[in-house]
Amino acid sequence: MDLVETYREELRFVRKPIPRALLLLLLLALLLLPWWGPRAWLSRGSLVWLFAIGVIGQNLLIGYAGLVSFGQAGFLAVGAYTFGHLRIAGVPFPLALAAAGGAAGLVGWLVGFPSLRLKGPYLAIATLGFGTATYQIFANVEKLSGGRQGLGIPALEPLFGLSRDVYVYLVYYLIFLLFTGAAYNLVSSYVGRSLVAVRDSDIAAEAMGVNLTRTKLLAFGISSFYTGVHGALMAQYLGHLEPQSFNIAESLNFFVAVIVGGLASVEGSVMGAAFTVLVPALFGDFRWAVPVLFGAAILGVLIFEPLGLSGIWLKARLYFRMWPFR
Amino acid sequence: MGNFLQYALTGLSAGSLYALVALGLVLIHRSARVLNFAHADVATLGTFAAFAVVSRGQSLWVALPLALATGATVATLFYFGAVVPAVRKGANPLGLVILTIGLALIIQGFTVWGWGAEPDRFPFPLSDSKVWQVGPVFVSELAVGTFVAAGVAGLLLYLLTQRTRLGLAMRATSENLPAAQTLGIPTRAVLAFSWGTAAALAVVAGVFLAPALLLDPFFMLDPMFKGLAAAVLGGLNSLPGAVLGSLVLGVAESLFGGYVALEFKSSLAFVLIVAVLLVRPEGLLGKEFQERV
Repeated sequence: MDLVETYREELRFVRKPIPRALLLLLLLALLLLPWWGPRAWLSRGSLVWLFAIGVIGQNLLIGYAGLVSFGQAGFLAVGAYTFGHLRIAGVPFPLALAAAGGAAGLVGWLVGFPSLRLKGPYLAIATLGFGTATYQIFANVEKLSGGRQGLGIPALEPLFGLSRDVYVYLVYYLIFLLFTGAAYNLVSSYVGRSLVAVRDSDIAAEAMGVNLTRTKLLAFGISSFYTGVHGALMAQYLGHLEPQSFNIAESLNFFVAVIVGGLASVEGSVMGAAFTVLVPALFGDFRWAVPVLFGAAILGVLIFEPLGLSGIWLKARLYFRMWPFR
Repeated sequence: MGNFLQYALTGLSAGSLYALVALGLVLIHRSARVLNFAHADVATLGTFAAFAVVSRGQSLWVALPLALATGATVATLFYFGAVVPAVRKGANPLGLVILTIGLALIIQGFTVWGWGAEPDRFPFPLSDSKVWQVGPVFVSELAVGTFVAAGVAGLLLYLLTQRTRLGLAMRATSENLPAAQTLGIPTRAVLAFSWGTAAALAVVAGVFLAPALLLDPFFMLDPMFKGLAAAVLGGLNSLPGAVLGSLVLGVAESLFGGYVALEFKSSLAFVLIVAVLLVRPEGLLGKEFQERV
């Protein structure tokens, strides 16, 4: 029996080579999806990746910081329209993407100010108001929304001789990986811990030396940066923007994804995003059944498995950790 | 001046509808600490039930009680079937809000399935186009009917909460749940009754709103958000606050729509509440709330 003397030796206990290899294999398989999966999965896959970014953003806000926002559709619209106008002006894709995230993040930071005084339901209503106001502004100011025929966005030019849908899939997948990795790092850093502290008790967190103002505004800023990038990627994916796609139902979709996936869990957000994108695709002929299924999923999660899909995933992992010795 | 009175009157009529919605939301929030996002969909379901009865040639007097019963039953079932088990699982207030969103989605799906998404015209004995002139302003039959209905419903609610033993139990339950349980009040039944009453109020709003608009599965969403805004404006735990907030909101909105910009009418509600909440975080008539660490 060796004595554990250093932190490095302690880390050996949590290092799990087999799960890590399996995860890498899964990521690689998803990267190579265009070469083995059916054509139809590509566009769905791109949709899942872009949606997952927004859901992670929403989860950072609701799950980690405990700040409820019903105005996600507003940040989405800000991101999408910033991106759209920049792309039409001829700005390259990565720059426009960063600008879209930045614009939404700035707006989110501003919207965060009421959150310094408002809590729970009051904050929910204030953000709901932001969502409604943004929708009305885009619906009524033709200069922003491109008038009746909407805003057309130039398509992404594929590089390296790939076909367009393959190229879009790969680009979206890599952006998704980048943002997911950033989210994992964020939640295990000082910032992530201060978000959780503010969620659990903001007075206690303040007493422990967490800067409440900075943390709450940062939570709103980061979350809406993610949402803005989601909006931009969605705009690029659809190739066409209309204010109607940014109504309150869109904000509720984020909620469904976060709850079904699991609060305060990055991998849960990804699973939730996959759920909300893939379920409607399966029920193409029964559109009315989609909200019923979403609602039932929410009720089921809250009554039977409060941690959502990530909770099921966690339990499965715990079960198989010692398998078959139990 | 005539214009001003006309806008104010229209606003009061709209505000009385918001008040019905807001009263229900406050009733649920102060007893169960839940912001009920399914309020609109329960009301829509009740209104569609009334529509189904009326379009079979029955009178509104048959349809209205049936609609109220439908709404109240759904809300009560939801309380027993979902809220109680979720609370037993230790759901926090946010979880309960999300629970109501789940219910909203389910009802929405089923109303689309049952009645289709196309708008229908709701046959109603009071007409929108029949107007009387009172001095410088015009009043439609429907607006008067709405105002009277909201007044009667509000009065009944007042009598219920302030003048009956059941109302006393409701107030006790919302004031302090464990204490009420210790005193032998059947709090679960009382809470279920609150959910049912709130839903019935919303259905009244739905039935009186449907003739002014067209009936589709989403027609109550906008009034519900206004009702929420009004409830927050007045203070989420105060029933008089809900009425005051709704009337203020209705009039302000109508004046804004008339004099400034019609297309940004709905945004005003939210600008107004953010402004009020920044000065008075507990709403106009709400009590100062404290928090335990």
